Amino acid sequence: MTLEILSWVCLMLGAVLGIIGGIGMHRFPDFYSRLHAAGTTDTLCAALFLLGLGFQAGLTLASFKLFLIFAFLFFTSPTASHSLANAAVLGGLQPKLGKQ
Amino acid sequence: MMYTAAALAIMITIGLALIRALLGPTVYDRIAAVNMVGTKTVILIAVFAFLTGRSDLLDIALIYALINFIGVVAVLKLVEHGNFFTDGKSATEVEKE
Repeated sequence: MTLEILSWVCLMLGAVLGIIGGIGMHRFPDFYSRLHAAGTTDTLCAALFLLGLGFQAGLTLASFKLFLIFAFLFFTSPTASHSLANAAVLGGLQPKLGKQ
Repeated sequence: MMYTAAALAIMITIGLALIRALLGPTVYDRIAAVNMVGTKTVILIAVFAFLTGRSDLLDIALIYALINFIGVVAVLKLVEHGNFFTDGKSATEVEKE
């Protein structure tokens, strides 16, 4: 029962974070702030979802696989965001500064 | 019930990201949106594995996480250089030299 509630809380928090990231992709004015909205919510959203599923799986092979997915996403998601921002800067994309 | 709600929320997020990928306006916006879709797809596959009770689907989620990252980095390099680390010459031109 406790695990069930913990799973619900983790999954719903992850869902809310994901949708906030999706809305942020639309409401922010330029690429860099959109990347901030997408990149920061992505990592925690994935972690919360996988944690919520892990509570249901218990200590099995499935939860080990979930941990592996979490480990890969934990390292690759910020790296992808970094290389995106890096490519945009090198490509000459200017951020919007001040009131325009 | 729990997994269905989670899967629905993920699909709403994927929809929002897809609209951003269609609207653009720069190519980097599109790549960021596609990266987000890829990450959410990994989570969707993981949730689907629990929804149907087939935990072997988690292997596919694991593979998809790796392919998604490599794909995004490859597309970024293509956008950045205009070609894949050649110096703009085609294969036949290199053979002639």
